[in-house]
Amino acid sequence: MSADGDTGGRAGPLELLRRVGAAILSFLEATGKLTVFAMTGISHCVRPPIYFRLIGQQMIDIGYYSLPVVGLTTLFAGMVLALQSYTGFARFSAEGAIPNVVVLSMTRELGPVLAGLMIAGRIGAAMAAELGTMRVTEQIDALETLSTNPFKYLVAPRLIAGVTMMPLLVLVGDIIGVFGGYIVSIYKLGFNASAYLQNTWEFLQVQDVTSGLVKAAVFGFLVALMGCYHGYNSRGGAQGVGAATTNSVVSASILILVFNYIITELFFAQ
Amino acid sequence: MTETVTPKIKMTGVRKAFGQKVVLDSFDLEVLPRESVVIIGGSGSGKSVSLKCVLGLLQPDEGVIEIDGVDVGKLSHSDREEVNSRIGMLFQNAALFDSLPVWENVAFGLIQGKQMARNTAKDIAIDKLAQVGLGADVAVLSPAELSGGMRKRVGLARAIAGDPDIIFFDEPTTGLDPIMGHMIDNLIVECVRNVGATALTITHDMPSARRISDRMAMLYKGKNIWQGPTANIDNSGNDYVDQFITGSAEGPITMEVFRP
Ligand SMILES: Nc1ncnc2c1ncn2[C@@H]1O[C@H](COP(=O)(O)OP(=O)(O)O)[C@@H](O)[C@H]1O
Ligand SMILES: [Mg+2]
Repeated sequence: MSADGDTGGRAGPLELLRRVGAAILSFLEATGKLTVFAMTGISHCVRPPIYFRLIGQQMIDIGYYSLPVVGLTTLFAGMVLALQSYTGFARFSAEGAIPNVVVLSMTRELGPVLAGLMIAGRIGAAMAAELGTMRVTEQIDALETLSTNPFKYLVAPRLIAGVTMMPLLVLVGDIIGVFGGYIVSIYKLGFNASAYLQNTWEFLQVQDVTSGLVKAAVFGFLVALMGCYHGYNSRGGAQGVGAATTNSVVSASILILVFNYIITELFFAQ
Repeated sequence: MTETVTPKIKMTGVRKAFGQKVVLDSFDLEVLPRESVVIIGGSGSGKSVSLKCVLGLLQPDEGVIEIDGVDVGKLSHSDREEVNSRIGMLFQNAALFDSLPVWENVAFGLIQGKQMARNTAKDIAIDKLAQVGLGADVAVLSPAELSGGMRKRVGLARAIAGDPDIIFFDEPTTGLDPIMGHMIDNLIVECVRNVGATALTITHDMPSARRISDRMAMLYKGKNIWQGPTANIDNSGNDYVDQFITGSAEGPITMEVFRP
C-alpha cells in the first residue's frame, strides 16, 4: 500500500496531464469507431439485398417476446405512480391531478425509459453474447468467406427490428401503465372511474405520446447498436464475450438516460 | 516451373504485425493451379494469419497478395466478395453457424452468396454431405449435436459446396483421433481431385501433411524458410525442417518456454 502511495506522490502534474490526455484520446477513438460502425450498419439497412426473414425473426424476438417484461414493468410503475402521487397531492388537496400525472409521466418518461432499460438487459445483452460468440468462434469470418456481409446479415436486421419494435412495445407499455394507475386509483384510492378516465384524456396531447415514441425508436436503435458493436468487436474467448455483454448493457443504459434528456429538451424546452 | 503459368495464389513480401508482435515478416509463397500445398509450422507461428490475409479477413501491413494474377488488396468490396465466392474455407474449429441446421450450414454460400432457391440448395447440400460420408439424417441436426469429427466433415462439405477453385484447410486433422484424421485426409484428397481445385492447407500434423500435399513450405519466424516437393521433405538439408518433422526438442528451433 505504501508503495502505491509513493508512486502516486512521484507522479507529477505532467504525468497526470499525460494520463488525462491518453484517456481523452482513447475516448475519442472509441467514439469514432462507434460512429463508423453505426454509419456502416445504417447504410446496410437501406441497400439490397435485405434479409426479410432475419428481420422478421428479430422483430418477433424483440417485439413479441419482450411484451411480458415490458408489460409487468410498466404496470407496476403506473400503480406505484398513482399511489405515491396520492400521498403527496393529498396534502394540498390536489388529488384530482393524479390521472394527469400518471398519463403524462408514463407516456413522456417512464414508458420509454423503463422499456428501454428492460430491453437493454434482455435484448442488448443477448445480441452482444450471440455476436460475440460468433466472433470468437470465427463464425463471422466464415460469413465473409461465404460472400455474406456480416453487417448486412447480422447488424442491419437487428437495427431495423430495434427501431421499429420499440415504439410498438412502448405504446403497449403506456397503455398498461395508465391502466395500472387506474386500478390503484379506482380500487384503492376510491376515485370515480369515469371522472378518472375523462381527466386522463383531457390533458393528454398528441405530442406527449409522439415524444415518447420517438424516444422509443432512438432507444431501440441504441440498444441494438451497442449489442451489435460490443459483440462484433469482442476478443479473447468466453471472457471477452462476457465483457462484451456487460459493456453493451451498461453503455446502452447510460446512453438511454443521456438521450432521454436530450430528446426531452428538444421536444419540450421553450 | 514454366514462366507462362500464372500462380493461383501468390504472396510476395507479406508482413503482418499485431501491435509490437510481428507475425508474418516478408512471407513469400506461390501455389500453382491444381496443386496441393501444405504450410507446416509450429503452433502460434502465424499459419492461420497467413490464410486470413489471403482471404481478406485480415489486411496485411505490407506486401502483395495475388489470386489468379489479380492483386486482391486493391479490389472493391464487391469484387472481393466475387473472388471469395470462388474460395472455400475449412476453419480450424469448423466455425459452423450454430443457429442453423447442418444442411443450411452447407447450403449457406449457395443461398446467401449465389441466391440459389432453398430447395435446390438443400439437395446440393445433402449431396455434399454424402460425399463426406454423412447421411441425410444428419442434415437436420443442429451443429451442437455433432461430434468433433462430424463437425469437421460438415465444415468440409460447406467448403466444397460452391465447387470452389481454391480450398483452404486450417488444421483439418487437429484434435481428431488418428483414424478420423486419416479419413479426413482421404476426403480432402478426394474432394480436391473431384472438383479439380487448388488446395492450400496449414497443419502441424506431419503424417497428414505427407498424405495430402504435393509440395510443402515451412513457416518459421514469419518467413517461408524452406519449400519443396513432399518427396524431398526427408532430405531437405534444412535443420529447421529436420527438427520439425522428427519432433525433436533439440535443434535450432527454440520454443519460448520459460526455464527458471
Ligand atoms: N486478431 C488477432 N489479434 C491479435 N493477435 C493475433 C490475432 N490473430 C492472431 N494473432 C497472434 O498471431 C500469432 C499467430 O497466430 P495464428 O496464425 O493463429 O497461429 P497458428 O500458426 O497456430 O495458426 C499468435 O501469437 C496470435 O496471438
Ligand atoms: Mg491456427
